[in-house]
Amino acid sequence: MTFLRDTYVVFARALRLSLRNPAWVVIGLTQPILYLLLFGPLLKPLAGQLGGDPWRVFVPGMLVQLGIFGGMFVGFGLIAEYRAGVIESMRVTPASRVSLLLGRVLRDVLVLLVQATLLTLVALPLGLRAPVAGVIVALLAVGLLGAAFSAVSYAVALTLKSEDALAPLLNAVAIPLLLLSGILLPMALAPLWLRRLSDVNPLKHVVDGLRTLFRGDLWSSAAILGLSMTVLLVVLGTWFGTRTFRRESA
Amino acid sequence: MITARGLARTYRSRRGDILAVRGVDLDVADREIVGFLGPNGAGKTTTLRMLTTLLEPTAGEATVAGCDLRTDPVGVRRRIGYVSQSGSTYPEARAGEELVDHARLYGIRTQEAVRRGRELFERLDLPGLWDRQTKTLSGGQRRRLDIAMGLINEPVLVFLDEPTTGLDPQSRANLWQHVRSLRDDRGSTVFLTTHYLDEADALCDRILVIDDGRIVAEGTPDELKRGVSGDAVILTVADPAQLPRTIGTVSGLVGVSDQSEDGGVVRFRVPDGAAVLPALLRALDAAGVAPTSVEVRRPSLDDVFLSLTGRSLRDEPADATVGATP
Repeated sequence: MTFLRDTYVVFARALRLSLRNPAWVVIGLTQPILYLLLFGPLLKPLAGQLGGDPWRVFVPGMLVQLGIFGGMFVGFGLIAEYRAGVIESMRVTPASRVSLLLGRVLRDVLVLLVQATLLTLVALPLGLRAPVAGVIVALLAVGLLGAAFSAVSYAVALTLKSEDALAPLLNAVAIPLLLLSGILLPMALAPLWLRRLSDVNPLKHVVDGLRTLFRGDLWSSAAILGLSMTVLLVVLGTWFGTRTFRRESA
Repeated sequence: MITARGLARTYRSRRGDILAVRGVDLDVADREIVGFLGPNGAGKTTTLRMLTTLLEPTAGEATVAGCDLRTDPVGVRRRIGYVSQSGSTYPEARAGEELVDHARLYGIRTQEAVRRGRELFERLDLPGLWDRQTKTLSGGQRRRLDIAMGLINEPVLVFLDEPTTGLDPQSRANLWQHVRSLRDDRGSTVFLTTHYLDEADALCDRILVIDDGRIVAEGTPDELKRGVSGDAVILTVADPAQLPRTIGTVSGLVGVSDQSEDGGVVRFRVPDGAAVLPALLRALDAAGVAPTSVEVRRPSLDDVFLSLTGRSLRDEPADATVGATP
């Protein structure tokens, strides 16, 4: 009960601060829309190779990208709060340590779901046609993916406590993760060695799963594998995050 | 209010273990204002972070506000207020909202939180600042807001970490007033750290002097000043011919130490300078010495610190990183 209340207080405070300074929300949203508008049209001639509607291939990729980046960079905000003494002052209250993390992660998930929904809606007039049920499940998966990355980002930020250390680390992780996930183009187009390499990247399976969902195959093995991977990432991410937030010296 | 025995904290680093706090014993009574005095890196903040549950001690035990530090940290958190050096509010956030959210993390209902918050704003001279972003507040206002954050749960024990560092003299004097009223009007116990001697002197009932991770002395400001170094007496003699007799007379007094002479100025220390003065003047008169001036200087806490540690409080410690906030 107090855990839920604490989580809500942290969530509401974080959301209020986001809404008051929406620059990041807007930038986070315009980037995938720019991809849709400026990169999407390049895929049209590739429709044959992609096996059908290029938007059903491209939009799920953009959603996963939004989930990864929307979650991954939230740690910077936490470092700013830490510097201002906010984290410390919350830690001397009886509030649950996990609430301090979870409230913020939930804010990020909410922001992400709004962005992901808008992104999908913008893709409709461009030519996206996909079954509603599949899209809704895909959006929820993006929310979970964002939660995983957000929890990890906060935990890493709280450990490093320095933007100068966090920025290179995130970039070093993000780019290979992105390239090996088939977000921009499906890995089916890749040579065998690259495809094998991408198989070890759980995000590749998430992207494949989301593409299957956008085709409406809710019960296909690819969809189930992708969703399982998402759940696994969320479990690992929140475990790592809560462990860090519970640690006394963090 | 606080009982600590053998409280210690070791940090692990690549160069080996660093003993930030080497085993602190301390007792703080109800309604006492106790100052924790020491140079940067002496272990003040580390000790404070242990007592406020932010840092787990590597050894020792403590009871804070009636709760055991190790077994009931949540109980400690409920009963204490902590005003850290680094602030407590987000620059973009509004002052009143930060205060109310902070209260709600203690389980205080919004309505009650607003009522208490408004009252604290009134008492801490923050009128009309409720809806202001905290980045627009002055240093003194922000520090008073931090204190309001620390008081919102009506704590019986308030920890203040270097409350006046970085404030202008006027804001400092104003803040001292507020710290005194914590005890005088609210009946709280106050435990503060400072590296300002005048602050410890002006504010504290009792002072604990910490150096290099251990407590090296404790007492009231007067006790510390009296017990350790005594008052300085400075005698000026114009006629060099009178100097030997002057020195002889001074040496004959009871309890004189640190006697020196330089260019007709004779200095020495004596436990109670004011009480010695009449006898000294009579003895000098009898010896035919006519001093041009006599001055008695009460020792400052700086003298105390110097005599305890051999270093001035203003000196940087040997390793400035030891005991610093991790």
